[in-house]
Amino acid sequence: MSFNNLDTLYRQVIMDHYKNPRNRGQIKGDSVTIDMNNPTCGDRIQLQMQVENGVVKDAKFEGEGCSISMSSASMMTQAIKGKSLEQAVKMSRAFSDMMLGKEIDTEELDMGDIEALQGVSKFPARIKCATLAWKAMEKGALED
Amino acid sequence: MDVTAIKEQFPILNQEVNGHPLVYLDSSATSQKPLSVIEAVNTYYREDNSNVHRGVHTLGTRATDKYEGAREKVRAFINASSTAEIIFTRGTTTAINLVASSYGRANLKPGDEIVITPMEHHSNIIPWQQAAKATGATLKYIPLESDGTITLEAVRETITANTKIVAMTQVSNVLGTINPIKEVTQIAHEHGAVMLVDGAQGAPHLKVDIADLDCDFYAFSGHKMCGPTGIGVLYGKKELLENMEPIEFGGEMIDFVNLYDSTWKELPWKFEGGTPIIAGAIGLAAAIDFLNEIGHENILNHEQKLADYAMQQLRTIDGISIYGPENRAGLVTFNLNDVHPHDTATALDAEGIAVRAGHHCAQPLMKWLDVTATARASFYLYNTEEDIDLLVNGLLKTKEYFGNVF
Repeated sequence: MSFNNLDTLYRQVIMDHYKNPRNRGQIKGDSVTIDMNNPTCGDRIQLQMQVENGVVKDAKFEGEGCSISMSSASMMTQAIKGKSLEQAVKMSRAFSDMMLGKEIDTEELDMGDIEALQGVSKFPARIKCATLAWKAMEKGALED
Repeated sequence: MDVTAIKEQFPILNQEVNGHPLVYLDSSATSQKPLSVIEAVNTYYREDNSNVHRGVHTLGTRATDKYEGAREKVRAFINASSTAEIIFTRGTTTAINLVASSYGRANLKPGDEIVITPMEHHSNIIPWQQAAKATGATLKYIPLESDGTITLEAVRETITANTKIVAMTQVSNVLGTINPIKEVTQIAHEHGAVMLVDGAQGAPHLKVDIADLDCDFYAFSGHKMCGPTGIGVLYGKKELLENMEPIEFGGEMIDFVNLYDSTWKELPWKFEGGTPIIAGAIGLAAAIDFLNEIGHENILNHEQKLADYAMQQLRTIDGISIYGPENRAGLVTFNLNDVHPHDTATALDAEGIAVRAGHHCAQPLMKWLDVTATARASFYLYNTEEDIDLLVNGLLKTKEYFGNVF
């Protein structure tokens, strides 16, 4: 492997989300708030979800971490808006499978930009970075 | 010191990682093991494996002799006065926990103080937080100077007549700061406090002379000094250990067991419950032989040359932040501005270069540095200036790579 192979990990769309994170900030008004960190590396995220009738109306995040964890949070918040909590959890499970290198039906789950994170599965040490925001979302969905 | 010859004794270093020769710069996390250590552990399991202090058969005797021989080797290595003062533990963490749980809880009361520093790694913070919570004692920190060192004035201002325990790392695993342990011990003693030294990053690199340091407890791990994982040492002054209760009960540490009460073996065995880490101790003895043969002074000189060279070379990189004081042990902690250390570590790994990235089990220190994480390159006797050149080259490529995508 050389630096060229890093391109499988650091796809342009990932870097774009890292540089210009979507949904960064805080929700005003009622929301579910979940704090989560990755104790082995120090990445942390605060995720807020505004849920109405079991549907995610809005999602925002704050946090500190590497390009993978922050871009994943940006993409995740984008993807779950308008989805039911059930659908969101389903997407999270599919995302975990994708990280494990399993074949998944990306179309059915409407992964959008998230597909770009597929390369993370080739870098096992970084999978936890990519799943942090998703784990936070799942926790919030189960709490709500 | 012939580094090429030394390197040849570490089979793991002779491999390619991601298509590049491995450059291992993570020895502060764990060091690599020379053949002699691997063979010592191997031989024990192949030829001598048996429990210690039990069987009267030949293998039992051989295993016991090797295990207790290792204790004597450790005693000589740190210049302690008796093998009764050498307790085998799982590592530094277990050793510090033993003192905090046994000595700490028995001797602390509300109003007493435990003094530590913000540069401790978690293993020398949390046991004291827990001991303070359990006893009502107060945990106090000696403030750091802006370069990540402590001054004796600050030590004198923090330690008071109420201080019962001072616990301090000999070498910071993040900043590379080497602390004035002997002087701090003296100040602790002047106030009637006991001194525990966290030697996890000290023993592998510095000559440890307990008689000279005069500290009351000294904790270190085998795996950071060419030994196996799972073995460590707690040194304690005999009169202190004699008055301490064990924290683990059963197996090896027992003297007489009655239905409702029992007595313990004498030192050091009263602190070694269960079947001990026999292979680990034997491997540690082989590691001590290996280090002694090269000589601590040579090792330290070599590492310091590498640290100086690394500082000099890393400073030539634009936009790098380097943390810690000028005079340091053989490690450099840094961040490439704009690139998160995890991304730096992944990029370097693609070039076969292993560095640590994260909070280094020192979260309070990260807060003090005002960063969430850093990258760290740590050196040992098998590293060369060429390794540092490769690191610098890797970092320049990393900067360029992320500079283009950002």
